[in-house]
Amino acid sequence: MVGFAFSPNLKANIYEALRMAHYFGGELVFVHVGRKTPEKESIFNEIVGSSPVQSEKISVHWRIGDPVITLLQASKDFDVDLILLGALKRENVLKFYLGSIARKITRKAKCSVLLLINPSIERQPCQHIVVNGLDSPQTKLTIEAAFVVANALGVKKISLVEEISRSKVAVAVDDDRSLRRATLKKEKLRRQEQTRVKDVVQKLPAALTADVNWTTQSIFGRRGYSIGHYAKLVRADLLVMNAQENLSFIDRFITRDIEHILAELPTDVLIINLKGNE
Amino acid sequence: MNKANPFKQFLGDLPKNIFSGFVVSLIALPLGLGLAIASEAPPIAGIIAAIAGGVVVSILGGSHLTITGPGNGLVIVILSAIVGMGEGDLYKGYLFTLAAIMLSGLLLFIFGVFRLGALSEFFPSTALQGMLAAIGVGILAKQFHVMLGFTDVKGNTISQLILIPNSIKNLLANPSNELILAACIGVLSLCFLFLYARIRNSVFQLIPAPMWVVIASIGVMYYYDLVLKTPEVLGSNLMITLPENLMASLPRPDFSKILSSEFMGYTLSITLVAVIESLLSIKAVDKLDPLKRRSNINKDLRALGIATGISGFFGGLNVVTVIARSSVNVNNGGNNRSANFFHAAFLVVFILLFAKQIQKIPMPALAAILVYTGYRLATPENLFRIYKIGKEQAIIFLTTLVATLLTSLTTGILLGILTTLLVHVFLNKSGVLFSRNWLKPNVLMYLEEETGNYYVSVKNFCSFLNFFKLKAKLDEIPPSEHAIIDFSLCEFVDHTVMEGLNDYSRSFSRQGGFFEIIGLDVHEAKTEHPFAIRKSLPESSFLNFEISLTKRQKLLQKLSTILDWEYLADPVSNYADLEQFFYFKTKWINYRYNNLESKNKDFLLFDLSYSEGAFIAKEDLRSTFLQIKVHQKMPVFTLDKENFMTAILQLSGLQDIDFKKHPDFSKRFYLSGEDVKSIRSFFTDELIFFFESHPAYYLESNGDSILIRGKERLASIQEIKQMLAFAEELLKILEKNNISIF
Repeated sequence: MVGFAFSPNLKANIYEALRMAHYFGGELVFVHVGRKTPEKESIFNEIVGSSPVQSEKISVHWRIGDPVITLLQASKDFDVDLILLGALKRENVLKFYLGSIARKITRKAKCSVLLLINPSIERQPCQHIVVNGLDSPQTKLTIEAAFVVANALGVKKISLVEEISRSKVAVAVDDDRSLRRATLKKEKLRRQEQTRVKDVVQKLPAALTADVNWTTQSIFGRRGYSIGHYAKLVRADLLVMNAQENLSFIDRFITRDIEHILAELPTDVLIINLKGNE
Repeated sequence: MNKANPFKQFLGDLPKNIFSGFVVSLIALPLGLGLAIASEAPPIAGIIAAIAGGVVVSILGGSHLTITGPGNGLVIVILSAIVGMGEGDLYKGYLFTLAAIMLSGLLLFIFGVFRLGALSEFFPSTALQGMLAAIGVGILAKQFHVMLGFTDVKGNTISQLILIPNSIKNLLANPSNELILAACIGVLSLCFLFLYARIRNSVFQLIPAPMWVVIASIGVMYYYDLVLKTPEVLGSNLMITLPENLMASLPRPDFSKILSSEFMGYTLSITLVAVIESLLSIKAVDKLDPLKRRSNINKDLRALGIATGISGFFGGLNVVTVIARSSVNVNNGGNNRSANFFHAAFLVVFILLFAKQIQKIPMPALAAILVYTGYRLATPENLFRIYKIGKEQAIIFLTTLVATLLTSLTTGILLGILTTLLVHVFLNKSGVLFSRNWLKPNVLMYLEEETGNYYVSVKNFCSFLNFFKLKAKLDEIPPSEHAIIDFSLCEFVDHTVMEGLNDYSRSFSRQGGFFEIIGLDVHEAKTEHPFAIRKSLPESSFLNFEISLTKRQKLLQKLSTILDWEYLADPVSNYADLEQFFYFKTKWINYRYNNLESKNKDFLLFDLSYSEGAFIAKEDLRSTFLQIKVHQKMPVFTLDKENFMTAILQLSGLQDIDFKKHPDFSKRFYLSGEDVKSIRSFFTDELIFFFESHPAYYLESNGDSILIRGKERLASIQEIKQMLAFAEELLKILEKNNISIF
């Protein structure tokens, strides 16, 4: 499903959506919240028609109402696997999508969400995917999804990032001795996390991982924030993240993590949601 | 290091620390008395603070080389507290202030417990400089009158400054004998203090300048007393009085004003200044530590808090970490906290044994010491240095300075912060960058798994507002590793950050790590990043040498053509290999210039600018060095003229290697090194004869090259020629030795 608005990026968004559908061989549902006017329709049809990549299974729906509720409802109605939303980097530049709507949808959606910040009319090959490797039951599926996407898009490189919260180190660095202790502790935690993540990858079917060059990287820092910064730094083309699973106490923190990403999107973000994916 | 037996190590270092503590106490005595008098507290209050600080902080503290006691910075706040709360009755004001001091001790302790030491990073460094300069001006303005013998000039700093010419006129208009004597003592003391640093004689330098002043002025007083039979030649207002019985006359802190806003205001500004001065000093002293240890700031703050509480209870001033005394400690070989303890112990001895002599110290002498201290804080050089960094920094500096002088210290520093912020907003032409990103995390640090380097990336902006976040990450990197700081995602970097990063860069290079800053050059091209350009390397500011060469430089150039060597007059900041030499362990290398290098790169002659001490106690030195590469195997050793200082060093455990066969050499030279056996075999009869028959240089080997220094000043062309001849002959002998050994 694609939620779209008549923004300057409309053409690029539609093109990207069509390409996605093509790669994954999926069905495409366009939903626009707003009044259906012949004018808008003709613009839309023209764009879809002009795309070099075409998809057979396209349906377009025009609905009226609150964008968030309507789009969420639509996602349920059509039982979609993935919502695709165009977004701008910063929330306050284009409030329409990210500020309130995309953020709320991302938080509440029962399926995976893909936020595109730099859609393009021409195809820009996706080359590097960054995936989170949090210690959470969802992570396994998120990583698997990342590999699926990588294979579908022909991505050659995946970085698995384990964010380790500083509170886990539990040694405050004051002087040389505490610095040494903290460094040792970190090294130990890093090893643990790495084996955990590597384990996950090695359990995946070999067909998925064989063609992809994957590395791991541990980061000590604020959860959710660090991975976004990292993705920006390594110029990743896609960031794949866990979504919150349920509203247990710990998951509230994860919500806050995604908030960091949403506040300033480093790159295209794919948020994997368990239920939607199954 | 001998880790297995720290206690033995401690015992072995004890003589060194006792000695260093003794030297420090010589400076702490006059300063303690003077600072207390300058704050209108009883003279003994300063000594009490030093004793409380020395005992408590040496036991509970978290730093290694710092000396604690009454601080310069606090003079102005405590003075205004005593005068302000006393409302005419200074003693009453003193009692109220004692209560404020005790409370500020509690606050300091809480600061330490909650690990708020990092909060000091919130102050832009230029604004801090401005505040310190204002404190310096304040001390200077008040004490200048006392130095001339006028103790009754009242008013705020500005009016006291304006009255200085008036006091000089008064002195010249009606010179009474008493006034002339007082003014002579004061002015001569001041001249001596300014000249002291110029006299590089190790025996003379052993006693710190303030102590010379005190001893000399006590001598003068005794001369009038005993020889001219005119006791009390100076009025009692110009002499120090100590209480007869210390324990009986303990003041009681008066807490009755504790709930008034006035009291809280003073307490807060006392605490603020105490924290700032202590942290600046701790940071500065860490840079001087030959063992490169890192101080535990928060632990130190807790200890300072406890010490301040105790000091206030017994009638003493605030206890802070003080840079001048700490620098003296480092220079005299103190290497652990016990030096601080012994400094306190010696003060107790002085007060108990020499109470009568101390009361012979004339106030003008102490005032001269304080004027000098104030001048060091407010030296105009600071303004020039800051102006070189950037015009806007000079604006910030002057705003803070003037605001602090006109209003109070806390208002001044707040205005300084505000000015800095406005300047930043103005330079970026937008405040959105700051308002939007201030509270967001902006630093990412990770260990690159492929290379093993630490990579730190900074986003958005990095200024005094959020430097503490970057600092927290940087502190977690062991300084022996390779760190890369990337600013390519960062739009704005301010002066405070650049200066802080420079400190990190130094401490990394001292401990064998690498600290690289990348991504700033992008800015210059893209956004004409003013701060990044300006402070990219501190050395660049030294590059304003005149194009025309001096006479000495021309002669050097001529010498280079005769020798067919290469001559480069410009300063070079590449000195990494120099830091390995023992000589620079406690010194700070700035840059070298007038480089004269032989074609085969074996000989390198250069003038070096380096400094001793840090912060306001910094002494800049320049000397000529000759570095020669030796291709033979050679042990690591140091060879120096035997003198009083080395005799003391020997007492403290560093062994002089003597040769029984060569009593003359053993007597004249002080030779030391770790590997005694190979040094002994290295110093053959011929080599020893060579040293005996030539002028004595300071000589040091680091295993593959030799560093030679003449006097602790720039050498004349004649001396340089001698040095070169000396080195050439030395090389020849070494070569011959090498052949005969193998």
